[in-house]
Amino acid sequence: MAVGTMGLHVLLVDDEAEFASTLAERLSLRGFQAKVARDGESALARLGEESFDVVLLDMMLPGMHGLDVLRRVREALPDLPVVMLTGRVGARDGIDGMKGGAKAYLSKPVDIQELLDVFHSLKETG
Amino acid sequence: MTSQYESLHRKIVMIMAAAATTPLLILAAINFVEFQESFILDSQNPFRAMVLKSKSSFELFFAERASTISLIASSYSYEELADSAKLQRIFQVMQKEFSGFVDLGLISGQGRLVSYAGPHKELQGVDYSSQDWFHKVHSQHRFISEVFQGFRRSPHVVIAVRHITEDGRSWIVRATIDTSQFGKIIAAMNLEPGVDAFLVNRQGRLQTDSIYYGKALDSLGIPMPAPTYQANSVRTLDSQGQPILLVYSYFADTDYVLMAIKPTHSTLRAWSMMRLDILLIFVVSVLLIYVVAARSVGQLIARLKESDEKRELALLQIEHTQKLSSLGRLAAGVAHEINNPLAIINEKAGLLSDLMAFEPNMPRREQFEAQLKSIRETVGRCRDITHRMLGFARRMEVKIEELDVNAMIQDTLLFLEKEAIHRKVCIIQDLAEDLPKISSDRGQLQQVFLNVLTNALAAVDKGGETVISTRDRGDGFIKVSFADNGCGMSEETQKHIFEPFFTTKKEEGTGLGMAIIYGIVKRHGGDIQVQSQLGCGTTVTVVLPVKHSIAGVSGA
Repeated sequence: MAVGTMGLHVLLVDDEAEFASTLAERLSLRGFQAKVARDGESALARLGEESFDVVLLDMMLPGMHGLDVLRRVREALPDLPVVMLTGRVGARDGIDGMKGGAKAYLSKPVDIQELLDVFHSLKETG
Repeated sequence: MTSQYESLHRKIVMIMAAAATTPLLILAAINFVEFQESFILDSQNPFRAMVLKSKSSFELFFAERASTISLIASSYSYEELADSAKLQRIFQVMQKEFSGFVDLGLISGQGRLVSYAGPHKELQGVDYSSQDWFHKVHSQHRFISEVFQGFRRSPHVVIAVRHITEDGRSWIVRATIDTSQFGKIIAAMNLEPGVDAFLVNRQGRLQTDSIYYGKALDSLGIPMPAPTYQANSVRTLDSQGQPILLVYSYFADTDYVLMAIKPTHSTLRAWSMMRLDILLIFVVSVLLIYVVAARSVGQLIARLKESDEKRELALLQIEHTQKLSSLGRLAAGVAHEINNPLAIINEKAGLLSDLMAFEPNMPRREQFEAQLKSIRETVGRCRDITHRMLGFARRMEVKIEELDVNAMIQDTLLFLEKEAIHRKVCIIQDLAEDLPKISSDRGQLQQVFLNVLTNALAAVDKGGETVISTRDRGDGFIKVSFADNGCGMSEETQKHIFEPFFTTKKEEGTGLGMAIIYGIVKRHGGDIQVQSQLGCGTTVTVVLPVKHSIAGVSGA
């Protein structure tokens, strides 16, 4: 698998522990360094401690809403690309996310190949 | 619902009719009483005047004759009058001047008939001293008798005048008058038919023949009214018990009373005619008032009912929309909640695949891979379902956008596919490829198509078919037809199909489906028509404008 060569640092922010840990494991198998945060506050703290290449951010988070987390990340780390994850289908969440400065959005359940394609294109566009 | 309007209708009509009729009734009652009074007075007045006039005629008649006798008694000496030849001559002159004299006689102070001129020669020498009139003339000097028979045995009236000379001698000149003279005076009254007039004495004995109450000297049979010299009228009953109007006047110098009698019913006949007129006018007016009130109130109530129904429909539409939008929110919530566990299943299956990829010598790899593929596919199907639910939820929000009606119909059919397959109904799509996109609200149009298609599917039996066709009319409108070969509708049903609360699905229908989509299509500037024949099928045609021209379409 050619994806393994990318070796990106990914922060996965989702309150669904099973989903997040499983997806993280799958990304690890593909050579990513994937870390998991359960909510907005811990994600922001984590971003202050380590450097990441990309953030995968769920919309519906306990406490701080995904869009608020997005705004805070964009303020603190304007160069860090953020990909939104949403449980809804409507274009609205996606549009709101893109307006907030996200690079892309994906709806759950996520197709791993789709996610890899997004990472790939992020890498290419820089 | 209807009976409520009917009772309101009845109530208002009653109140209006009562309000209009009460013054009319009071007016009619006042008129009735006033008219009756004045009518009776009017009919009495000329009658009274006539009686007074005739009484004067009688009095003049008596006065003239009494004066003549008086003149004779004082102009001639006893000896002259006692001379039969001379008396005969005086009598002849008297007869020539005044009608009605029958005879003339001289009676001595002792009551013996001294001389006589007239037809009853047999009376010569008769002694009147026992006669009633003789006594009266002694005290009154001038006396006019009642009608009586006397010695000659035929009704007559006596006028007697007593003359007393200065030396104390006295004699009486007496003339009799033919009572037929009275009849002449009464005849001169020109009485209307049914009216009787006659003279009666103060004791109630008839002095002249009457038409209805007997001959002269008979008893009248009616109690004598209170004496008055004016003309007075009383309403009383005659001897047969008939109601009568009695007008009478007493004579001052004699015992006579002139009476005229009119049966009350003849007076009242004219009155009852008039009464009938008043009644008729009253009844016609009341009827007119009632009809006008009923009709105008009817129109009013119809308007009221119409606007009530419109308001109710609007409320129900709002309620329906609210129900749908809360249903949409619910669907969105459920879809979202399901998406999360679905994502976990998806990732777990993905991880299993990933792990298997790192085990080159895994036994029964193909079987595992087939199971995992099936799990992923099932997740995919679930995702489609949640996506559809979320799409439905999103459609509840109203916004005008460019819509591909063909695609929308296909989307709608996705909802109904299961039902169609289950019922073995064949759905044929005949969609025009060049159909222009239209500006409209997706959610509301989807509801229109869904409702019409649900009805169409319900109408066809197993193995039936429904043809959906779309066409560009080329005049700024597109046409969407849904034709089924189902049970069809009666003309009665077609007539009411767009009315709210009309349903043929007795228990399950709200009767709102068609009314609501009619409202939606109309609001969007389109039209909806139904053609149907019982047993042959139904075609519902929805016409929609390409450009959305209705301003201010609200979220309702």
